[in-house]
Amino acid sequence: MIRDPKDLQRYDAGERANHWVVGISFILLGLSGLAFFHPAFFPLTQLFGGGTWARILHPYIGVFMAFFFVLLFLRFHKLNKMTDADREWLSRAKEMVDGNDHNMPEAGKYNGGQKMMFWWMTICMVLMTVSGIFIWKAQFTVPVDLARVGAVVHAAVGALMIALIMVHVYAAIWTKGTIRAMWYGTVTRAWAKQHHRAWYRQMTGK
Amino acid sequence: MALQSLDIKQRSATTTPAPQARQTIEIAKLIDVSACIGCKACQVACMEWNDVRDEVGSCVGVYDNPVDLTENSWTVMRYAEVEEQGKLEWLIRKDGCMHCSDPGCLKACPAPGAIIQYANGIVDFHQENCIGCGYCVSGCPFNVPRISKKDSKAYKCTLCSDRVAVNQAPACAKACPTGAIQFGSKEDMKDYAAKRITDLKERGYEKAGLYDPEGVGGTHVMYVLHHADKPNLYSGLPVNPSISPLVALWKGATKPLATLALAGVALGSLFHYVMKGPNEVSKEIEKEVEKEDAQ
Repeated sequence: MIRDPKDLQRYDAGERANHWVVGISFILLGLSGLAFFHPAFFPLTQLFGGGTWARILHPYIGVFMAFFFVLLFLRFHKLNKMTDADREWLSRAKEMVDGNDHNMPEAGKYNGGQKMMFWWMTICMVLMTVSGIFIWKAQFTVPVDLARVGAVVHAAVGALMIALIMVHVYAAIWTKGTIRAMWYGTVTRAWAKQHHRAWYRQMTGK
Repeated sequence: MALQSLDIKQRSATTTPAPQARQTIEIAKLIDVSACIGCKACQVACMEWNDVRDEVGSCVGVYDNPVDLTENSWTVMRYAEVEEQGKLEWLIRKDGCMHCSDPGCLKACPAPGAIIQYANGIVDFHQENCIGCGYCVSGCPFNVPRISKKDSKAYKCTLCSDRVAVNQAPACAKACPTGAIQFGSKEDMKDYAAKRITDLKERGYEKAGLYDPEGVGGTHVMYVLHHADKPNLYSGLPVNPSISPLVALWKGATKPLATLALAGVALGSLFHYVMKGPNEVSKEIEKEVEKEDAQ
């Protein structure tokens, strides 16, 4: 398929691959993690070859994801600095959710909501990684109270992270023309002009 | 192993009721610390009956050997030298699983059926269902379960559930030469303990008493202690053990609530789409871009 040569490049191949590696890891971690979260989800361990295999694999996938999340963080953190326009955007987020974006301030490559998502994800990843080490019995032995704190933090932050990712995925589905940026990196100029006007100007010089 | 003659009261990671038609009496093991001579016959009997052999360790300068519970040593004698009322006392406690009425290990376990509590009070690990996560270790207020380095499964005293199922006393009780380990119904054991305590009080141990801690709903391994006011003297027996509030928080109502919240986010997103419609690029902007191209 030949697309419009005037489409705007939003993500290069490296960025896309990095995002997919983190995304696939997250899905595997979410499924195996939920299995230990509540008995209702325990059958999910079958996807990983049973309870013991799920228990063995989960932390290694976690380390793998943490590593690639660091790369993702290094790629994108500069683009996610909060500005006054972002705070203005966030204060009007309710209008956006209502489907009315007429009064939303112009967004750069990322709007205030996306930036919040980025920082929340970063905090969650740090908490998940540290608390995960506390409860990785096969590799680390920590005082029992620390393991107990680790278990509570890991469960609570894990649930929060799943909720945030649901919002992240839904936002991409809801905003038409977005998913393709994740697949092959480009968006239409109209898409950019509508949703990220400041970025559109920067890219087109208009 | 699950024996039919041992009826199930609770099963780990299971949210529906266990079969409850048949009622059995609650049993208990009573360890009379004041009658223990520290001979370790119970340790040997445990190894023999359960076919577990620990590695031969080395002498660390005290009688404790092995020095701690392991996946192969489900009971160990702990020797404490303390001074009470100007006298040296040698307090010897047989340590192992207490078989709590409210077992923290079972509460923490995420694997269905890996930990079973029988109607008679025995808390048993079923290694074939164990996934080796070690959550039971975090759940236990007595620091009892051990994860094997070989197979990553959790092990501890079974209270000889296989022997009890066929009306036999646990191997340790059978082997004890001084009668310091008694076994029977929990009620009988309490009666027996009361007599021992009266005797100890007559002999000058005014604070003698029964250790059957309320914080875990009582236990099915109980101690007669000469100093029941200071359980800590006995190699750190907890004064008021209970399941850590962190474990209660982790395994309590929060998880079903969080599950509902996640379902809420998923359904909320779906209905948002249905009710508000997609966030599309407006026709107006599309035309603007097309116009620019035409110029």
